[in-house]
Amino acid sequence: MAALATLRNASSLFGGYRFIYKNLVASRSHVWDSVQPNWNLQQRWYAVSHLSVQERIDKKREAARLGGGQARIEAQHKRGKLTARERVELLLDPDTFVEYDMFVEHRCSDFGMDSAQNKYPGDSVVTGQGRINGRLVYVFSQDFTVFGGSLSGAHAQKICKIMDQAVLVGAPVIGLNDSGGARIQEGVESLAGYADIFLRNVLVSGVVPQISLIMGPCAGGAVYSPALTDFTFMVKDTSYLFITGPDVVKSVTNEDVTQEELGGAKTHTAVSGVAHRAFENDVEALLNLREFFNFLPLSNKDPAPVMECHDPSDRLVPGLDTVVPFESTKAYDMLDIIHGIADERDFFEIMPNYAKNIVVGFARMNGRTIGIVGNQPKVASGCLDINSSVKGARFVRFCDAFNIPIITFVDVPGFLPGTAQEYGGIIRHGAKLLFAFAEATVPKITIITRKAYGGAYDVMSSKHLRGDVNYAWPSAEVAVMGAKGAVQIIFRGKENQAEAEAEYVETFANPFPAAVRGFVDDIIQPSSTRMRICRDLEVLVNKCQTNPWKKHANIPL
Amino acid sequence: MAAPRVTSGLQRVLLMLKNVHFKLGYRIVASRKQYSTVYDPNEKTFEKILIANRGEIACRIIKTCKKMGIKTVAVHSDVDSNAVHVKMADEAVCVGPAPTSKSYLNMDAIMEAIRKTRAEAVHPGYGFLSENKEFAKRLAAEGVTFIGPDTHAIQAMGDKIESKLIAKNAKVNTIPGFDGVVKDTDQAISIAREIGYPVMIKASAGGGGKGMRIAWNDEETREGFRFSSQEAASSFGDDRLLIEKFIDNPRHIEIQVLADKHGNALWLNERECSIQRRNQKVIEEAPSTFLDPNTRKQMGEQAVSLAKAVQYSSAGTVEFLVDSQRNFYFLEMNTRLQVEHPITECITGLDLVQEMIRIAKGYKLHQKQADIPIKGWAVESRVYAEDPYKSFGLPSIGRLSQYIEPLNLTNVRVDSGIKEGSDISIYYDPMISKLVTYGSTRAEALQRMVEALDSYVIRGVTHNISLLRDILIHPRFVKGDISTKFLPEVYPDGFKGHQLSDNGRRELLATAACLYVALQLRSRRFIGNQRVSTSHKEQNRWELSLKLDKDTHAVTVFSTGSLFTVELDGKRLNVTSEWNLASALLPVTIDGTQRTMQCLSRDASGNVSLQYLGTVFKIQVLNRKAADLNKHMPEKVPEDSGSILRSPMPGSVVAVSVKPGDMVSEGQEICVIEAMKMQNSMTAARTAKVKTVHCKAGDTVAEGDILIELGMD
Repeated sequence: MAALATLRNASSLFGGYRFIYKNLVASRSHVWDSVQPNWNLQQRWYAVSHLSVQERIDKKREAARLGGGQARIEAQHKRGKLTARERVELLLDPDTFVEYDMFVEHRCSDFGMDSAQNKYPGDSVVTGQGRINGRLVYVFSQDFTVFGGSLSGAHAQKICKIMDQAVLVGAPVIGLNDSGGARIQEGVESLAGYADIFLRNVLVSGVVPQISLIMGPCAGGAVYSPALTDFTFMVKDTSYLFITGPDVVKSVTNEDVTQEELGGAKTHTAVSGVAHRAFENDVEALLNLREFFNFLPLSNKDPAPVMECHDPSDRLVPGLDTVVPFESTKAYDMLDIIHGIADERDFFEIMPNYAKNIVVGFARMNGRTIGIVGNQPKVASGCLDINSSVKGARFVRFCDAFNIPIITFVDVPGFLPGTAQEYGGIIRHGAKLLFAFAEATVPKITIITRKAYGGAYDVMSSKHLRGDVNYAWPSAEVAVMGAKGAVQIIFRGKENQAEAEAEYVETFANPFPAAVRGFVDDIIQPSSTRMRICRDLEVLVNKCQTNPWKKHANIPL
Repeated sequence: MAAPRVTSGLQRVLLMLKNVHFKLGYRIVASRKQYSTVYDPNEKTFEKILIANRGEIACRIIKTCKKMGIKTVAVHSDVDSNAVHVKMADEAVCVGPAPTSKSYLNMDAIMEAIRKTRAEAVHPGYGFLSENKEFAKRLAAEGVTFIGPDTHAIQAMGDKIESKLIAKNAKVNTIPGFDGVVKDTDQAISIAREIGYPVMIKASAGGGGKGMRIAWNDEETREGFRFSSQEAASSFGDDRLLIEKFIDNPRHIEIQVLADKHGNALWLNERECSIQRRNQKVIEEAPSTFLDPNTRKQMGEQAVSLAKAVQYSSAGTVEFLVDSQRNFYFLEMNTRLQVEHPITECITGLDLVQEMIRIAKGYKLHQKQADIPIKGWAVESRVYAEDPYKSFGLPSIGRLSQYIEPLNLTNVRVDSGIKEGSDISIYYDPMISKLVTYGSTRAEALQRMVEALDSYVIRGVTHNISLLRDILIHPRFVKGDISTKFLPEVYPDGFKGHQLSDNGRRELLATAACLYVALQLRSRRFIGNQRVSTSHKEQNRWELSLKLDKDTHAVTVFSTGSLFTVELDGKRLNVTSEWNLASALLPVTIDGTQRTMQCLSRDASGNVSLQYLGTVFKIQVLNRKAADLNKHMPEKVPEDSGSILRSPMPGSVVAVSVKPGDMVSEGQEICVIEAMKMQNSMTAARTAKVKTVHCKAGDTVAEGDILIELGMD
C-alpha cells in the first residue's frame, strides 16, 4: 500500500503535462528549474528525458494493472470474485487483449476527488478488444476495486469509445458488469455517462450482438444498460440487479427482502425473466460465455457461423419415432427432440428456468448455428401465456436480426385462458410472438410434432407467416381446438357425444387437413427430422426476403 | 462389408431370415454360434402363436417363430404399445393398463386376446404366467397349446416340499437335513453326525438366514442347539428346528433339460450362475469352470431322471448347489425357459425356443444325448437399468436417449426388447438386455465381453455396466474362483466403481486432457469466411490442470495433428484417436494400448464424464490460468443431506411411518418405497424431529425427490 501511495504521488506530480514532445520538454525543464536549481542535473535530465517518459508510462501502466490496489484485489478475491483484468484474460484467447484508454482518469474535482490518491489510471473500467476463438470482440470490464466500479464520466466515455468502434468494424460487445452504480461525486456527469451508454446500446442493438455478464452489483439506472443488450447472464450468489436495494425497498414499501431475493441470479432467471442464464461462479461464467460466443455471428452483416462438425447431417434419430406418446394427453419432453436433432446433442438453452412452457436456445445443424423455439408439453401442456410469448418473441427477433435460421417445434394446445392472463394483457403480449415470427425473414423451418390448435397454430411460425418449410409428424393434429371442446360446439345437443368426438378426431386429429391444403409441405417420419432440416438449411442458405420499407415496425410493446 | 451401425430388431430378424432361408452364409447377424438348428420347413407346426410376455423374451420368441414361419401375436399393456415386441409381432393386442396385475398377469384379457386372434398356442416366456398352473389349465380347457410342461409338472415342481420329495425318490441328491422337534442336545448331535459336518441349525419358523448358526463339530452343535431352540420357543413360539447340511462356498450351477412327450429327455450341460446379488443372477456362463466331466454327467443324469419322474416335457432347468468338494444338491426345478438360456444355445447349437415349440406340437426330439456337444464357451451379462453403487443395483428409470448395441463385434449376441427412445418404466423389470459373447475358449469369450461392454452405448438411464465389467476382470473371476458370495466377498463395502491403478489413472487423465484439447482446437475451426484472425498461430502446447476426485494434476499436452503427447506425473504418453467429437464412442490408442472410452457429457466449464473400464469418472479440465483463478471461487455448500431424505430411486411410496413433529432416532424407518417389485426401507440419517413430510402412501416419486425433511434439533 505504501508503494502504491508513492506511485500515486509520483504520478500526480506529472499530472498536468501535455504529451507533445516539445512542450513537454520545455515545461518540464521549467518545473525542474524551480525544484532542482542544479544545472548539471538539468542537463542530464535533458539527455534522459525520453527515458523518463518511458518510466512514467511504465509506472502508469503498472498502476492501471493494479486497479484499486492489492488490498482491494484481495478483498475482491475474498468475495469469490475475480478482478476486472482477470476476467478479461479468462474471457479472451491468451495474449489477444488490446487495451484502450489505460491512461484515462476521471475529471472530477469536487469532494477532494482531484487529490492524487483518488486518481487511478484507467479509472474504474478496463476496455479494449481481443479475440474469442480467433474472432474479434470488444470488451469492457468494470473494476470494482476502483471506487466500487462506479461510473464516472471518464468510465462511460471509455465504454462508449469501444462501442463506437465495435459498430465501425462490426464486432460484438461484451460487458462484464461489476459496479456500485453512479459516481455520486460526479453528479450529473455520471448520469450523462449512463445515458451515453444507453443511447449506444440502443443504436447498436441489431447491428452487433451485445452481451452483458453481471458479475457483481448492478443497481439503479445502471441496470438499464444490460437490459438493453441482447443477453444478460449472471453469476450465482455474487451478482445482483435491482432498481433500488433492500434498504430503499424497506423504507418505501416496508417489505423485508434480501439482496439475493430481490435481485439475485435465481430471481432474475426464474421469476422476473431479466436474466437469460446464471452460472455457478466467475470462472464458469466466463468459460461458458466463450462457448456461447461461438454461436453468434459477429454482426448483422455476417452470416450465422458454421463450425467444423463431426455429426453426420443425414443421421437418423430412431428415438424420435417414439417420443410422442400415443395418448394425446400425455406429456413428453421437448428437449428430447431438440437434443436428438442438434449436432452432438449440444443445445445452449436461453432462459431455461423462466416460462418453461416454451424452450428457446441455440444449437447447430451440420455445423451452422440455428435458433430453436419449441413448445414444452411437459410444462403447462406447452401452452402460450404472457411470459412464454415474450420470451419466445425476444429470441426470435434476436435470431432474425443476426441471420440465424429459426427452427420451430410446435406442440401447442393454445393460449392459456383465464383472468390472470387476460388482465395481464395476453392479447398484446401474445401479439409480440406473432409479430416476431411474421416479420422474421431468416430461414424458418417448422415441425408440428403434435398439437397445433387455434390461434397458437398460426403464431408458431406457420406457413401463413412465411414459414419456408413446414413439416408435420404423423402425430400432428392441426385444428381450431381439441375434440372435446369442438364437439360441444359443433354437435351441441347431440346425444352421442362420444361418437361425435370420435368423428371429430377422425377428421381433424391428424396431419391431413393441413397437408391437403398445403399448409404443411410434407408429413415426415420423425426419425428423419434431422436429415430434413439439414438439407433444407442448405437450400435456404441464400434465402433473401425483405419487408416493405419503413422507419421501423411498431411491435405491440 | 460394412457392418450396420444400428439395425432395428426387425431388420435383424429379416436379415436372419434371409440368411437362414438362402444359406448365404455371410453376416448371420449375431447368430451363427447361437442357434443354428436348421428348421425343417416340411414339419407342420402351429399357424399362430401368442406370446404372453413382453420385452426381450417376447422378441426372442418372435424371432424363432418368424424363422419357423409361424405368425405371432404380441400382447401388451397400454404403455408398451410402442414397444419393440409389439412392432415385431404380426398382430398385437392391448391387454390392459401398465401394472402387470392388470395386463401381463391379466388372464381374462389374455384369454380374450387368444380367442380374438385365434392363436393355436401360447408361449409364456419366463416370469408372468410361465409357471402358473391355473393359466395352463385354462388354456387346456380352450384347446390352446401351452408351450411348456403340462400342469402336473408345473404343480409338482412349484411346491418346494413336494419337489424335494419327488427328487429324493428319483435318486437326486438333496440337501440332507432334519426338520422337526429335537428333544435334546444328544439328539441334535446324532442328527448332525448323520448329516455330516458342517451343519446349519436354525428355528424352522425363522425365515431366510435369520438366526442361522453353523456348526463344524459336536461342541458347536451343542451351542447352536441351545441358542436356536431358545430362539424358536421365545421368538416364534414354535419348537421345531431345522438341521441341515451346510454348504460352504456354494456355487449355483444348473442343468438345462429338454424332454419331449414321448419319454425322451436330454441334458444340455450346465450353466454356472454363481455371480448373484440378492439371489438374482448377474453373470452366467456355460460351461462351468468347476465341473469335471464326471460331475457334469452325474448332475445331468440326475436332472434327466427328475424330469422323467414328473413326465416333464419342454425345456426346463434343474438348479443345484455345488459345494467346494463338488458335492451337488438339488435346489429346485424351473419349469420354463430361463433368462440365461442363450448361453446353452451358444455351446450346444440348439434353438431352445424352437425345440419347445416342436415338443409342444408333439414331435420327438431329433437329438440323442451323445449329440449334445460343448462347443466353445459362452458368457452372459445381464445389463440392467440400475445403479450398481447402491446395494449392487437399485432400479433406475428413464428414456434411452441414445442406445447402440455392440453388434459390430463378432460373436456377440444381444437379446433386448428395447431400442433408442424406449422408456424404462417403474412398472417392469429394469433389464435392458442380455449381452452374450462367445469364444472358442473362456478367455476369448471374456475378452469379447469386455470389449462389448466398452462399446455398448446406453444413455439416459443409469446402468450396471461398471459392475459387470469390473467382475469380469477380477482375478478371482478370471480364475473361476467364484461362489454365490462372490459379490459381498469381493466388495465388502459395496461396489464403488472401478478402482484406478496408477497406470489407469494416467490413461484416463491423458485422454481427458487430449479430448479437451481436441475440443478447443475444434472450437476455432470456423468454415467459410468467418473473420477469424489469421495472424494467430494454432496453439500446440497446452498447460492444463485436471481435477479427478480431490486430486489436481498438472498436465501438458503437445498437439501435432491427431497425435497428442501428454506429460503428466513425470511420464510421457502418446495418445492418438480420430477425435470424432460427435461419436458416442471414443476409441483411443495410448502408447499402443487400445481403449474404447465413452464421453458421456462435457460442458464449457471443463467438466467431462468419461466411461473408462466400465466406470464413469468425472474430471474437470481447465487451462492453467483458469485453474489458478478457480481457487478464488467460493466453495458452494452442498445441501445438508442428513436433514433431507431423498428417494434413491423412482418408485411408489408404500408407507410413511412418521408425521411432522415426530422424533425419530438414527436408523429408524421413516418410509418404504417400492420399485420394481422391491420394497426399500428408508431410514433416518440421524436423530431429529421430523420437520416436513413431502410424500404419502400411494405417491409416485422420482429419483431424488425429497421425501422427508428433518429439523435441526
